[in-house]
Amino acid sequence: MTSLNVNDTLYEVDIETDTPLLWVLRDIIGLTGTKYGCGVALCGACTVHINGKPARSCVTPLAEVIGKQVTTIEGLSKNTLHPVQQAWIDEQVPQCGFCQSGQIMSAVALLRKKPHPTDMDIDQAMKGNICRCGTYQRIRAAIKKASTTSPGKS
Amino acid sequence: MDRQIDQDRRKFLKTTSLLGGGLVLGIQLSGCESSDNPRTTIKNMMTAQQQEQQSVDAAFFPNAFLRISADNRITVHVASSEMGQGVMTSLPMLIAEELEADWSMINTEFAPAHADFENPKSGRQITGGSASIRGFWQAMREAGAVARDMLLTAAAQTWGIDKDACYAKTGRVYQRASDQHLTYGELIEKAQYLPVPKSPALKKPDEFRIIGQPVPRLDNKVKVTGQAIFGQDIQLPGMLTAMVVRCPVFEGKIKHINAQTAKNIKGVIDIFEIETGVAVVAEHFWAAKKGRDLLEIEWNEGDHAKLDSDSIHQQFIQSINNGKVIIDRGNTKKILNLNIRDASMNHTSTKQQTAAIFETPYLAHTCMEPMNCTAHVQKDRCDIWVPTQGQEPTQKTGVKITGLPKEKVFVHTTFLGGGFGRRAEQDFVKDAILISNRLKQPVKVIWTREDDIQHDFYRPATYNRLTASIDKNGKPVAWDHAIAGSSILHRIVPFAGIIFRGKDDTSTEGAANLPYDIPNFKVSYAMVNPGVPVGFWRSVGNSQNSFVTECFFDEVAALGNKDPLKLRQQLLSKKPRHKKVLDIAAELSGWGKSLSEDHYHGIAVAESFGSFVAYVAEVSIEGAAKHEYIKVHRITAAVDCGIVINPDTVIAQIQGGIVFGLTATLHGEITIKQGRVEQSNFHDYPSLRIDEMPVIDIYLVKNAELPGGVGEIGVPPIAPAVANAVFAATGKRVRKLPIHLNKLI
Repeated sequence: MTSLNVNDTLYEVDIETDTPLLWVLRDIIGLTGTKYGCGVALCGACTVHINGKPARSCVTPLAEVIGKQVTTIEGLSKNTLHPVQQAWIDEQVPQCGFCQSGQIMSAVALLRKKPHPTDMDIDQAMKGNICRCGTYQRIRAAIKKASTTSPGKS
Repeated sequence: MDRQIDQDRRKFLKTTSLLGGGLVLGIQLSGCESSDNPRTTIKNMMTAQQQEQQSVDAAFFPNAFLRISADNRITVHVASSEMGQGVMTSLPMLIAEELEADWSMINTEFAPAHADFENPKSGRQITGGSASIRGFWQAMREAGAVARDMLLTAAAQTWGIDKDACYAKTGRVYQRASDQHLTYGELIEKAQYLPVPKSPALKKPDEFRIIGQPVPRLDNKVKVTGQAIFGQDIQLPGMLTAMVVRCPVFEGKIKHINAQTAKNIKGVIDIFEIETGVAVVAEHFWAAKKGRDLLEIEWNEGDHAKLDSDSIHQQFIQSINNGKVIIDRGNTKKILNLNIRDASMNHTSTKQQTAAIFETPYLAHTCMEPMNCTAHVQKDRCDIWVPTQGQEPTQKTGVKITGLPKEKVFVHTTFLGGGFGRRAEQDFVKDAILISNRLKQPVKVIWTREDDIQHDFYRPATYNRLTASIDKNGKPVAWDHAIAGSSILHRIVPFAGIIFRGKDDTSTEGAANLPYDIPNFKVSYAMVNPGVPVGFWRSVGNSQNSFVTECFFDEVAALGNKDPLKLRQQLLSKKPRHKKVLDIAAELSGWGKSLSEDHYHGIAVAESFGSFVAYVAEVSIEGAAKHEYIKVHRITAAVDCGIVINPDTVIAQIQGGIVFGLTATLHGEITIKQGRVEQSNFHDYPSLRIDEMPVIDIYLVKNAELPGGVGEIGVPPIAPAVANAVFAATGKRVRKLPIHLNKLI
């Protein structure tokens, strides 16, 4: 049994500690908001926060997150929408929506580090997240919107 | 319809309309709250569904497409699949418009597989061909109008007044003479026993209050909170996870399996051969993956073991002169005599004639969500939870494998993490049903990204020879386009008459309907099927042919020293919708005016799926010598898709089409070696990323033409607009995709 802290809840999981966090979240705990897109940290669909920093859960073994705090899209904000999620709705970002959990987790991490990011900052922080529907223009707008509606927050 | 048949029919709709005991997938106003323990969320959803069943039993079903409950909720049964194109919002908009619904009371559910939900345009329950709005435009508005008419009658009867003395507005029926009103929910009991009117009057476009508005998508909230259920996210009690290992060589077969070590992996439950490959069944994904990696399989690689991109290329070259004539107007043969048969030559020209070879590669779809399907086959029923573009073919697959009657095969459509044509196929559906049929347990089959890229149905590669001639004024007088490529229809309907005649419209669309007024015009098609499986890829034949024809058009313009925009305008005098979008895009982009230093424009126009799109691309060449790359700064777009249902969705689809097309223009290429696809993941099959994203400006033309398609129309003109801009920047023609600057001649 391994103890794992996800979204401020402690889970006891019975699985080998070399299992990627993504599959512990999805198949063992049952949190399916974090997506599988490539399995090799190339698409960003599996992005979660580990101790507040963005990480690709598909290549992060369970052993690496023992004793750390994991935050997934489900735990980003309880009961209300996080300002970044609200900005995503305001700008009507999602199309198919499959990549958006990862996009939002990357964007939240960016805004935490740089509350007022430049276009270059956005490119740098977001280029690891692929969107095949092509929502990039709206993602850029939503990040800028969130940066003005919640300066320095989150 | 007589009254008794009406009643029976609606009773039948009630029983077929809810998803036969599965998870209800869609957007519910009163959706259950997320629990701290996600496992119990599923149970809660089941309970919520039982409650919903009671409300369904009491609901008013005017027809297959909607039901109205006593609590005023209107649930739209969405017949098309939601794969990002916004159909889960736009189809309800059509109903709500005529129903005079309160938009805030709209719920949606994905419709089950049933003949009632066939797209009237295709006659099939398949989401494809940019046909959802075009197909359901009439049917969904009529569905709403029928319901409104019945509610009006019910109110009039309740009040004992004339129907004309009543009117419907935002979910209520009012008396004209007073403020007295009844909500739709209050009227359903009476309404459900009324006869269904045959042809209710529909609104005129100037009466629309929902159609034409940028209504926010109904699926946004679940998609930003991680609550949207995609195929990958299905969880069922006792569910197993499986992978299927396919032969890396097309159509190869299993010779021998050694599964001993793989079976020792903790969590691996069984490994066995099925029709599509070797199934590795486990308790969860990671165990299946570990087991799979230890599996030793000897393959019988079969006929395609030596197939490679070069040999396919040679087959194209050898066939190009033997194509079937698709269209032959005037006398191209007499006018055109320029020969470009030498394979090493990609271009030749005289003063009045020019000829060039254009090539496009095979492409994978790489939907963000890799292929997957969950099935539960039981003795007396089969449930399939799947992100599919084809409910009807999915049901047929279930019937074929299980032998159950189709009424016992239930298709539960989830959200689709991208579709692009890939999800109309049945290979991943087969996997899940075959495995569950054997184990009689719920099984979720997940493809890895590598499976997804290496076992796709690829956009056909093509080889094109174009020859054209101009008169002494520089006006094109003859155009001959010979296409060699693989046929999608040959794979899907190999015994159809059209295949015996050597034709396939999906290969020649975008070429045979060249809009320019050129008196001598010929298109031929040589069907070459070397063994690479090909399929529908967003915008299909238009995706290659628009690149080829619009780039060659610029070459013809250059031969006569014509401005590519002006020559297009001149030859589109009989095509006002093409010309209008072209004019607007040119004007808004400042075509012909000075640009930032080292920035260049390219232009292209295309008609596809009943809509018209023109782009001006602004590009520059960046980076030091030998490391140069194309930077696309801005796309100015003009779009005419007839009556616009939801302008924000149309804009989103054009933005998406541009990104999808830019990926193919700048990066996309599947190559074949030893019968295998060489690419495997996003490192060698890259997608456009945010740092390559241009600014996109879109102008929507307003008119009263019938709605055209939207989902695919943004793709065709982007490659030629960028390629033509690259010529402006470099003086070198682009004749092959993706664009490699160091390979331009």
